[in-house]
Amino acid sequence: MRFSIAVIPLVLFAALAGVFLLNIDKDASVVPSVLIDKPAPEFSLPPLPGRDKGLSRADLTKGEVSVLNVFASWCVPCRAEHPLIKRLSREADVPVYGLNYKEKDPEDGVKWLAELGDPYAAVGMDLSGRTGIDFGVYGVPETFIIDGTGQIRYKHVGPVTVEVLEKVLLPKIAELKG
Amino acid sequence: MISRFKLVFGALAILVPVIASNPAFAVNPDEMLSNPVLEERAREISKELRCLVCQNQSIDDSDAELARDLRVLVRERLVAGDDNEEVIDYIVARYGDYVLLNPPLKPETYILWASPAVLVVLALLAVFAFYRRKQREGSPASASLSKDEQERLDELLGTSNDDGKS
Repeated sequence: MRFSIAVIPLVLFAALAGVFLLNIDKDASVVPSVLIDKPAPEFSLPPLPGRDKGLSRADLTKGEVSVLNVFASWCVPCRAEHPLIKRLSREADVPVYGLNYKEKDPEDGVKWLAELGDPYAAVGMDLSGRTGIDFGVYGVPETFIIDGTGQIRYKHVGPVTVEVLEKVLLPKIAELKG
Repeated sequence: MISRFKLVFGALAILVPVIASNPAFAVNPDEMLSNPVLEERAREISKELRCLVCQNQSIDDSDAELARDLRVLVRERLVAGDDNEEVIDYIVARYGDYVLLNPPLKPETYILWASPAVLVVLALLAVFAFYRRKQREGSPASASLSKDEQERLDELLGTSNDDGKS
């Protein structure tokens, strides 16, 4: 009787320690997306100033895997990940689309791409941020992998790093291409 | 004079941080709806929705850009005729249950919702067991005194009483 009561705190501690151990690697700031394995939302965005082609859902449903990268010129981590988005577009052999999120001035996105290089097959300009909300975007940059039927299959929140590119995004794309 | 200065200073020291941190200022006048009933509902809904950028604030309290966009969106949906639940579902469809500051009751959250009640029951059981055991262990000591003990006690008490009177 006495012994069993003495064991209770120990068991509780072990249980708590177990819970903490299971969660220690989880980044609490990353919100799991509800849109995974759901169709990409309907949208149609105008092109950047001086360009012909915008971006709409039709671009994502052409039967090939594609990537949608949400970026903004005011977003510092976007600048950091940009070389890797260029690498992704070269190495993955799928169209990488850009969603230019909430620029203060429509020209800002154009200037940014002129300075850093433009890896995107097409860019849509989301000045209001409404398409971003439809995609569940809460922090730029975000990168979506979309299959040929327009289903969102993966989402990476935050800047793409070399590790994320090589260990997550490229294998995921290769897997979806089958 | 000095004490009055101290009083005013003390009051300011308390009030200034309180006023400065008043979260009601997050909702800008230009976002508000002219219809006070709808605006009231919008405020109510906004208090239930988590700001995803700052995470532990509601979008009603947050100055973040995304929180502002969501507040505007909530108001747009209300003007379009959605009821409160439809507005919340609209946001949840995009950001998941995570945006709800009040977690919904569903199989994934049963443990979360049940744990306070379970802990209270466990605590009551522990208290009950503690007193039961104490009572059982205490019972031999509370058994009545033997005849010798009683006589000795009476004698002692009697003596002390006499001492008190004299």
